[in-house]
Amino acid sequence: MSSRIASLLVGLFGYLICFSGQLGTSTVQAQAPQVGIGSKSFTESVILGEVLSHLAKNTGAQVRHRAELGGTQILWQALITGEIDAYVDYTGTIREEILADAAREGTKIESEGDMRNALAARKVVMSERVGFNNTYALGMRRSIAQRLGITKISDLTNHPELELGFSDEFVERKDGWRPLKEKYGLPHTRIKVMDHNLAYRGLEKDSIQVADLYTTDPEVKYYDLVALEDDLAFFPVYYAVVLMRDDLTSRAPRVAEAIMRMQGLIAPEEMSSMSVQVRLDGRQETIVAGEFLNNKLNLGIALPQEGRWVEFNKIIERIVSTTGEHLFLVLMSLGLAILTAIPLGILASRNEALGQTVLGVVGVIQTLPSMALLVFVMPLFALFGMGIGPAPAIMALFLYSLLPIVRGTYAGIKQIPAAVRESAEVLGLDTRARLRLVEMPLAQPSILSGIKTAAVINVGTATIGALIGAGGYGSSILTGIRLNDTSLILQGAVPAAVLALVVQHGFGLLEKKIVSPGLQSA
Amino acid sequence: MWSSGRSRSRANTWIDYGIKRQIKIVFKLEEVSKSFGDQTVLQPTSIDFQTGKSTVLIGPSGCGKSTLLRLLAGLLTPNSGRVLFDGVEMNPRNIMQMRHRMGYVIQDGGLFPHLTSAQNVGLMARHLGWSDQQVQIRIDELADLTRLPRPALDRYPAQISGGQRQRVGIMRALMLDPPVMLLDEPMGALDPLVRYDLQEDLLKIFRALNKTAITVTHDMGEAGFFGDHVIMLGEGCIVQQGKLEEMILHPANDFVTRFVNAQRLPTLPNARSSS
Repeated sequence: MSSRIASLLVGLFGYLICFSGQLGTSTVQAQAPQVGIGSKSFTESVILGEVLSHLAKNTGAQVRHRAELGGTQILWQALITGEIDAYVDYTGTIREEILADAAREGTKIESEGDMRNALAARKVVMSERVGFNNTYALGMRRSIAQRLGITKISDLTNHPELELGFSDEFVERKDGWRPLKEKYGLPHTRIKVMDHNLAYRGLEKDSIQVADLYTTDPEVKYYDLVALEDDLAFFPVYYAVVLMRDDLTSRAPRVAEAIMRMQGLIAPEEMSSMSVQVRLDGRQETIVAGEFLNNKLNLGIALPQEGRWVEFNKIIERIVSTTGEHLFLVLMSLGLAILTAIPLGILASRNEALGQTVLGVVGVIQTLPSMALLVFVMPLFALFGMGIGPAPAIMALFLYSLLPIVRGTYAGIKQIPAAVRESAEVLGLDTRARLRLVEMPLAQPSILSGIKTAAVINVGTATIGALIGAGGYGSSILTGIRLNDTSLILQGAVPAAVLALVVQHGFGLLEKKIVSPGLQSA
Repeated sequence: MWSSGRSRSRANTWIDYGIKRQIKIVFKLEEVSKSFGDQTVLQPTSIDFQTGKSTVLIGPSGCGKSTLLRLLAGLLTPNSGRVLFDGVEMNPRNIMQMRHRMGYVIQDGGLFPHLTSAQNVGLMARHLGWSDQQVQIRIDELADLTRLPRPALDRYPAQISGGQRQRVGIMRALMLDPPVMLLDEPMGALDPLVRYDLQEDLLKIFRALNKTAITVTHDMGEAGFFGDHVIMLGEGCIVQQGKLEEMILHPANDFVTRFVNAQRLPTLPNARSSS
């Protein structure tokens, strides 16, 4: 049995090695430069990633779009370590998150020039503005604003009769309602707190006249709203800019040049129009982005046929490929955890002080949030060119799997009755033979149940793989949430639940097959 | 005798083997003491255990009799003094080899619950590289010797009776044909009828195979039945040793008197006053 498991693991290792080998060899090809593009897991970012990808691809480069990565830190890490070469971020985010430590150390980060200099020191080029500012704004229906002659926020001081409806986040934020009211001296005292989506309905029904919104929300166009000008510059600006590794200009100058065509390329209405097409009309990001470029720059990009995930064979195709990715994550991490945790559990059972330390450490790992763990392990794998993709996800899942297996092994050995332990010793079996012939078989049910727990948890947790481009069911769920597409969420969630049940049941059968009947009847 | 001619003739060959060894003293304790923390369980004690004799260690709970047996089996190391086996001082390096020449039986058998009776008995021999055939032949002999019903051989410990478990435990201890048997309250978990039969069988086995047996018990009847030589312990010291009759007729002190009288014999209501 154990040899069969061993050969399975060897196979999986082989797969990983081939996988990393592929990455390694593909970067060597000199003819068509390899370019990595990234995007965050919200629709605007994915569209911008597709625009970048089309621009780069149009120069003949081989482009890989790592879409829907889990957040600013992961994208920044990926950029710094060379996993990706460019992505679009926002000036507000760059100041507050990426350059936060530089600001703490005393470097002045105020103007875009400051940011550009600080980023240049990190070997990253910051482009000029893409052309729109995605920040909070106050919005009104265009017809009402025109009738009342309101174009900017300070105009609101003359209209105390207007009803205001805000999302609770906007009411709470330190750049939200209260300081805004103070800065502009707004007379409005009663505001309605409501869900963001309901606020749009309220505007439509005229139960409120002013609401908070993101300037590039697709709903702005859909409901024909205007964003009032922030004439006192209260809201922090979130101008979209391209961040690009500076080595791209020497490695692939034509690609770098093409990417910089993003500067001034997209007006606010164009951005929200593209978001509308994806979010409200259900079109694919790559097609929307390609059409935009064809119209605007006349690039003549050949675009794929329109098609959504609702088509049956597309659904099957997607489930099959995500299942493969998901199983790869689960099996690799579980296999590594078994190889590590069982010896750790044995060691822990041998020495009380060591045991408590080991159990303590693996217990603490269990409490780390998965996002923190990913950001922590990514740079380690980035050294081998595997910072994005399955490797860091496997590492994180591996670490999470340790506790149940170590504890199962430890408890399984500890619960062996003293009389049985002593019988083995006094029979003349040496320590290794006792472990192999007596202790391990007796601990087997406990070890198996530890592995089962780890496997079931892993099936669920492996969805985090989607945050760093490892695929799996998480990518269906993440995209589904982003597009508010229930069918897509279910294409990830249902197979994940089924897989968890299969794992649970499979271990039940395995236990019947390999655990001694003498232990099962007892 | 209790079994077929076939197994008796085999038993005779083992007697020859025992005689060939020509060792007078199997175990020698030289001023051995043992304490756990600040509690002394065994005061410095010297005992010689003779080859081929059956010795019984008797005394109340906590008197040190089990500790003494565990020192002999090398499960404990003494705080002072030396334990010699076949004239060689025990140490962690030679103890494993020595244990192949000792059989150890504990209350309720101490069987491995994940193995069948036959696997329990054959485990050590297989580990030492015996062939399947050798193991099978030996298990057959031992099942005859201990009168274990054949179907019990393929069952797991949880599926057989307490008496059968104890017989399997004895078979396991005898598997490598060790010259010495150490038994720690071997009948402790058995009902009186089963115990009676097993005591008879065990004594026959010891006699027939010329084993040196060292048995721990708190049962006077069992001590008298098994023991060529009885050692009574109290509070970590030897209180009296010799034949059991001597202890009953000439107790060395009050402790021995009280221990002997504490054995209730329901069929003899006058036993207390007469002794």
